Amino acid sequence: MKFLLFVLKRLLRLVLTVLIISTIIFFVIRVIPGDPALVIAGVDASEEEIDAVRARIGTDVPLGEQYVSWLGDIARFDFGESMISGESVNKLIYERFPLTITLAFMGIILGIVIAIPLGVLSAVKRWSFWDYFGMVFSQIGMAVPSFWLGIILLLLFAVRFPIFPLFGIGSLKHLILPAFSLGFARAAVILRLTRASMVEELSKEYVITARAKGLTETMVKYKHALRNALIPVVTITGIQFGYMLGGAIIIEQVFSLPGLGRLFLYGIYQRDFTLVQGGVIFIAVVFSLVNFLVDVLYSVINPRIRIS
Amino acid sequence: MNKSRTVLFNAAIIFVIIIGVAAIAAPWISPYNPTDQETEIRFEGPSSAHLLGTDNFGRDVLSRIIHGSRPALIVGLVSVGVAVLIGTAVGLAAGLGNVAADNILMLLMDSILSFPTILLAITVVSFLGYGLVQVMLAIGFIFSPVFARLVRAETLSIKTEGYVEASRALGSGVFKIIIKHILPNLLGKVVVQCSITFAMAVVIEASLSFLGLGTQPPEPSWGLMLKDARNYLYQAPWMAIFPGLTLAFAVLSFNIIGDTLSEKLNPRLLK
Repeated sequence: MKFLLFVLKRLLRLVLTVLIISTIIFFVIRVIPGDPALVIAGVDASEEEIDAVRARIGTDVPLGEQYVSWLGDIARFDFGESMISGESVNKLIYERFPLTITLAFMGIILGIVIAIPLGVLSAVKRWSFWDYFGMVFSQIGMAVPSFWLGIILLLLFAVRFPIFPLFGIGSLKHLILPAFSLGFARAAVILRLTRASMVEELSKEYVITARAKGLTETMVKYKHALRNALIPVVTITGIQFGYMLGGAIIIEQVFSLPGLGRLFLYGIYQRDFTLVQGGVIFIAVVFSLVNFLVDVLYSVINPRIRIS
Repeated sequence: MNKSRTVLFNAAIIFVIIIGVAAIAAPWISPYNPTDQETEIRFEGPSSAHLLGTDNFGRDVLSRIIHGSRPALIVGLVSVGVAVLIGTAVGLAAGLGNVAADNILMLLMDSILSFPTILLAITVVSFLGYGLVQVMLAIGFIFSPVFARLVRAETLSIKTEGYVEASRALGSGVFKIIIKHILPNLLGKVVVQCSITFAMAVVIEASLSFLGLGTQPPEPSWGLMLKDARNYLYQAPWMAIFPGLTLAFAVLSFNIIGDTLSEKLNPRLLK
């Protein structure tokens, strides 16, 4: 029951978050100087043409009315039409999203597979070869910006040794370098946190108690400490996944991949406000959803949270 | 602290000093004007005249890297300052305030966190207009929830510790508890977060410039140089290698400094 209540509360929070974001976006866009209708209609458009554009994009009614209909659209998950091309923003997003989410998944899986075992090993065998290896790895991973890593990978594996394609999509091969560029930095963050969290748990009193009552080292480390150490790691990994959706914007630019990020950037360059606001809200919803799932998962593995 | 860590720490400090000096003295120490175009020497590889080669407009890459340290450092400093100030205030208020205040503040912070960092940066900057000040405010604003969450979480756990309750029982006020117990306990984690945030701010500035939304051409910025480099991978790989290396070493240095400081501030980790 308590758990159900917790989930409901988080769900409410998710809806509120999306509402707040939508509201901020709505007003920010309307506050920017310049009438989007003038931009769309062009410099030498007549008064009638401009009015027609206003009617089409819905800026001819009072602000309050616009806001209500805007919220209604968001509730129905309808982002309207692109100001420039007139295509449905939903359609554009759904076309591009699978590529981006695939990239993010490949990246996070790569990150977890590298980071968690190495992080635990680093903490358990501190100041060993693995610990130093992990430290060097995480330092490099955090220092190298993903888009530069992408460029260097292209330079090495597409230009110097043409193993992978220089850009475009079509096969798994096209996604390996981008996913690696995305996952590498995330792996570093997760590794660092796993190690820190594990080291902290191992220094706690319950570990000493567990040792004192005669449990084996394996039991102490992997049953007692690891369980608690992974709790913050779950949260961070979830957040990292969300960040990856953002990171994909740049990586898609580096590798010329037609994902959500490029769509979004294109919207910004073209000053296509409906496309930009649709893109922002869509990504925010997906990210909030991920955070919601992480919170629920977090409370499953850490019952203390539900009580407080 | 062992010897290799000391060496690394010193190397990081030296590198940061070099970048700092480069940023301050850029007009006097760079061999060429960073925006001077000489089309007859486009795509020249590293030579004694141009140590790190020339780019697609025949501009000197080294001079552009030296001048590019300016936006990087300024953005890092200002945005981290903004983030710490907002984050600590909000985190303390949420951690010590009543349940309603805590919920509202954290909901706001979570809403900001509901945007992936770079997406939020792009959105804010694309609305505010492109420019260094907008980039700094955007980054500071984006990173404040990270500090708020950190400060709140620590505050919540510290305020129920025995010694804090004892101090309260002895009559200490909220401000005394904040200054004597909470802030000192927070310091280590905030410093580590600052160093990481500084490095991330530098990367975001570079990323925005890479996307064409930050520093505007022809002004030099590391990210902008990489944007140009992406189009000439065959002709001029040095255009991609050197600005990126500088960026990576700068970030690495800030991270190492932060790590070392955190170990010094938190001796328990060294046990």
